[in-house]
Amino acid sequence: MAERSFAREVEDLKLGDGDVFRGEGILAITKALLQAGVSYVGGYQGAPISHLMDVLADAKDVLDELGVHFESSASEATAAATLSASVMYPIRGAVTFKSTVGTNVASDALANLASGGVTGGAMIIVGEDYGEGSSIMQERSHAFAMKSQIWLLDPRPNLETIVKMVEEGFELSEASNTPVMLEVRIRTCHVHGHFRTKDNKKPDFTLRQALESPKRDVNRIVLPPASYLHEKEKIEKRWPAAVQFIKDRKLNEHFGPAEGETGIIVQGGMFNNTMRALQILGLADVYGNTTVPVHVLNVTYPLIEDELATFCAGKKAVLMVEEGQPEFLEQALAHILRKRDIQTKLSGKDVLPMAGEYTTQVLLKGLKAFFADHERPRLGNEPPIPDPEPVLADPSVKALAQVVPPRPPGFCTGCPERPIFAAMKLVEKELGQHHIAADIGCHLFSILPPFDIGATTMGYGLGPASASAFNVEADKRPISIMGDGGFWHNGLNSSVGNAVYNKHDGVIMIVDNYYSAATGGQDILSSRAESKRRATNNSIVDAVKGVGVKWVRQIDHTYDVGKMRATLREALTTKEKGPKVIVASSECMLNKQRRVKPLLAKAAKEGKRLVRERFGVDEDVCTGDHACIRLSGCPSLSMKHLDDPLRDDPVASIDHTCVGCGNCGEVAEAAVLCPSFYRADVIVNPNGLDRLLARMRRAVISWLSARRDRRRIAFPA
Amino acid sequence: MTRHETFPTSLSTDRPITLAILAMGGQGGGVLADWIVGMAEAQGWTAQSTSVPGVAQRTGATIYYIEMVKAPDGVHPILALMPTPGDVDVVLAAEFMEAGRSILRGLVTPDRTTLIASTHRAYAIAEKQKPGDGAADPQAVVTASGVAAKRVIASDLDKLAARHGSVISASLFGSLAGAGVLPFPREAFEEAIRAGGKGVNASLAAFAAAYDRAQNPDAASAEPAEAIPPKADPLAPVGHPGFDALLARVRGDLPAEVRLLAAAGLRKVVDFQDLAYGEAYLARLADLLAADRAAGGADRGFAFTAACAKYLAVAMAYDDVIRVADLKTRGSRRERVSREVGVKEEEILYTTEFMHPRMEEVIGTMPAALGRWFEARPGLVARLDRFVSRGRRVRTGTIRWYLALYVVAGLKRIRLRTLRHSREAAHVDVWLGRALDVLPRNYALAVEIIGCRRLVKGYSDTHARGEAKFDRVLSAVPMLVDREDGADWLRRLKQAALMDEGGLALDGALKTVATLGE
Repeated sequence: MAERSFAREVEDLKLGDGDVFRGEGILAITKALLQAGVSYVGGYQGAPISHLMDVLADAKDVLDELGVHFESSASEATAAATLSASVMYPIRGAVTFKSTVGTNVASDALANLASGGVTGGAMIIVGEDYGEGSSIMQERSHAFAMKSQIWLLDPRPNLETIVKMVEEGFELSEASNTPVMLEVRIRTCHVHGHFRTKDNKKPDFTLRQALESPKRDVNRIVLPPASYLHEKEKIEKRWPAAVQFIKDRKLNEHFGPAEGETGIIVQGGMFNNTMRALQILGLADVYGNTTVPVHVLNVTYPLIEDELATFCAGKKAVLMVEEGQPEFLEQALAHILRKRDIQTKLSGKDVLPMAGEYTTQVLLKGLKAFFADHERPRLGNEPPIPDPEPVLADPSVKALAQVVPPRPPGFCTGCPERPIFAAMKLVEKELGQHHIAADIGCHLFSILPPFDIGATTMGYGLGPASASAFNVEADKRPISIMGDGGFWHNGLNSSVGNAVYNKHDGVIMIVDNYYSAATGGQDILSSRAESKRRATNNSIVDAVKGVGVKWVRQIDHTYDVGKMRATLREALTTKEKGPKVIVASSECMLNKQRRVKPLLAKAAKEGKRLVRERFGVDEDVCTGDHACIRLSGCPSLSMKHLDDPLRDDPVASIDHTCVGCGNCGEVAEAAVLCPSFYRADVIVNPNGLDRLLARMRRAVISWLSARRDRRRIAFPA
Repeated sequence: MTRHETFPTSLSTDRPITLAILAMGGQGGGVLADWIVGMAEAQGWTAQSTSVPGVAQRTGATIYYIEMVKAPDGVHPILALMPTPGDVDVVLAAEFMEAGRSILRGLVTPDRTTLIASTHRAYAIAEKQKPGDGAADPQAVVTASGVAAKRVIASDLDKLAARHGSVISASLFGSLAGAGVLPFPREAFEEAIRAGGKGVNASLAAFAAAYDRAQNPDAASAEPAEAIPPKADPLAPVGHPGFDALLARVRGDLPAEVRLLAAAGLRKVVDFQDLAYGEAYLARLADLLAADRAAGGADRGFAFTAACAKYLAVAMAYDDVIRVADLKTRGSRRERVSREVGVKEEEILYTTEFMHPRMEEVIGTMPAALGRWFEARPGLVARLDRFVSRGRRVRTGTIRWYLALYVVAGLKRIRLRTLRHSREAAHVDVWLGRALDVLPRNYALAVEIIGCRRLVKGYSDTHARGEAKFDRVLSAVPMLVDREDGADWLRRLKQAALMDEGGLALDGALKTVATLGE
């Protein structure tokens, strides 16, 4: 993490026996790793697990003291491969990434790891990016756990429980020689709660010891015949060991009475909202007491058949609360009941939706339907249920749907990517629409208004790769976009290398903003910051040339819209064959402001001369067409209604959050929009020469303007 | 199994207090959530907050959700991770359309929800990218919140915070305290701000102001926010004999319904050119009024003349380079920029203008005959354009650049002889002529024709696009002139033309109009 400090959070990592941690779920997990005695942590940043990486990146002193190695992996595949340190040695390690996207990338290494098995505890912490606020396709990590036989923990969203599952998860991994996946959903990662901490633990066996006395065992390597043995071992040894451990440690929990006519089985992550729904129905209270038996699966894979059979036996019906699809758990439970000939009715996706997030509202509806079918009396004396429907049916509220505008995310104020897409828009006006392949990163906001640029997105660093098929003779070239994050993640090879090798004739725009910006501004290989612990400042241009690109243009100031447009035009029209790579570089404004603002404030205070820049609009000159906004979308460029009876349309207006990036002026100039924009340069702490020049200029200009003002009629405001 | 056996547990009836914060990324919703949680914990309550920052962090709409409960010792409450519609006690909306969104999501219900909202607007891209006025109607939110909320506490909390050098999270927190919906004393709130440790004094000041306003909403409306100077009466003499004489004509010759617009229009055209130009404006208006009267305008509140008073002034004070140069070199402009940018006494301000003159503008500023001579030679113009057409950074604060603009502004003297002026004047003649033709046959339609002038605005391509839309909209007039609802249709076409840049909505609307006669 470059420009944001997590020093306060690092303090939380130092808490000891009996202290109380108060904070976010993902930080609780970070602390739990240290309490569990990990030797190494790796991962790839991304919501909702970025903070784990960010805090550890700032926690050098804590980690050094414990002898823990932390690294920001190049990709999720790298992170997963890192876990191989736990294959032969009794070393605990953890990696983290966003899922399912990260798990997709990691799955090669994960499958190999799971096949050979582990000696030391290996944990994969996946941030399950599902439901509201998610930025990815809606899939389940559960499938990965099943296909590779990795145990899947899904702790209920309570910090004590989560921390316990991290600690016992390592033990489970070691007891069953199997890597363990800890699944935490978005809201769980960001939930604020508390737990009682323990001292951090130094690893019993260190990485150094391992390096100095290496071990190998050909039976742990995925090659025949060992690989056949691995599969058998998974079923015959590791699985039973895991089941035994989970039973012995009672990792799954039971709430409410032991017996009942009906019961509920719930994924750990779904527990809180299910309890709220039960509470609303008058069947539970806020302290976890419930009149309905509830079985909480803090481990969702493997399922403990005996526990489930016992829970179901004697009940008329059970409800499986399982978010997402396919309904793996429900299918498995149906299988268990059928095999054991237990006649309990199984409900699940019949009363709950197959797809979509299980909000309290959704659960409430499902539970009502379930009890209505199987235990009607429970609904007998329900308290009044919160119901927004009457309000939502009111005409004045319905009318709001036409009024309240959507508010999608967009480029930040002063974002250096804005002028790139403004230039693309201008080129589009000249040369027509092109097929544009997008990628993952902040630049993907180009697909939204006002730019509406980009046709597909196929994965991180795969923008240019996804234009591969468009390598035929045509009057227009495809354009593809990729960020610096995606470039180093795998784009150099999968996208650029591929284009070189296959003599692709398209245009590749690499957006270089000095950080992995979309995930929170972490440093990457080409970051410009000097870092003591990492090698930064590796040039994207050199890398691209290194794999054989001949046509490369570096634009070191993306705000130069004219140059950007000319370069794009050239790339689209040049006779030269092969991929045309444009590297457009300017610092992420969010991070630049974090870096520069305190420095500027300090310099100003010390009396140093500096120039503060901001843009503005002359409202008399602006005619309210908003063409500038359609080429910008900057949050600081908005509109304002004038108190003038002769004006119908609001004029453009720039507020005080403007950072003076220059885009407005550049676009107005390049697109020949209008002369309304001005840049105000304010010289703070001017020197003698500044003052002298200013006095002279003011004298002349004031004289001239006063001369003309005298002939003008002075209207009162 | 009897029911008695199924219900051995006695359930607590405690219910957590639930709060939802609707904000946009970057508004400090997280800070507010932290304050609330911190305060509740300091008061011995269990509090939990959740959020889904994800991609919403970049200015998108987002929700923070908080639950708090006073749990008995040693008991761990199970709190929900997201708001349940119909079950939220307090909604804090950091922007007015976000308040609307909270209502739409069912988070605000009349049996329990106190809605604390800031009435300020941060326009969404869908609103501000429209070529016309795309601003959503705040009244819709006012009406809906009256229906949906148990209690509404709404005011411009953004401005209030800014006045105290703070941000909206502080004024929302103050409103929450002042609303008295949480069982904590004011000191507990203030302590949470202090514990946060950043910008404490400014936050506390904004907090206090918002607290008072929430406690005493009537006093809030009376508080002398920013002293807004009373607007001068546009019909009152300004102390310039020539202008005041013209103003007297507005007062004496024009019907009451038209006077205010005509006074504003007069001022605009005189400011644009000179008194004689103002006189021409009034003369033209007098002719239009006569036609209006003949068409029975007296019974219609002289709507035609009123529309003319407005749009004729706009059309006569067109946006040419001379006007731009004039506006950018005025002494008052420097003062306004200083104020807007917040320049301190000892600091020095320079402005840079972003201009992109083309041969078209140069030719437009030439005497009409010379301009036409050039226009007849497109090859020559294209060659010259290569030297002229480029972005120019005009540093108005330097003597050289100021003089250049000053000279251009001085071309006002020859303005009425320029090619641009002859074009504009011809356009006005055609436009008014069409309206006057229609006036006796379809009064309302004639008024709308005048209003279509709204479409012509901007510079260069924008201006050309506006004129093209104007022509296309007016092309429907022959089809509408005999229809009673002709004016409504023309208004719809105009609105469609303001929907998008490319005129897609207008295409559709024109097709509809074409089918009207069938």
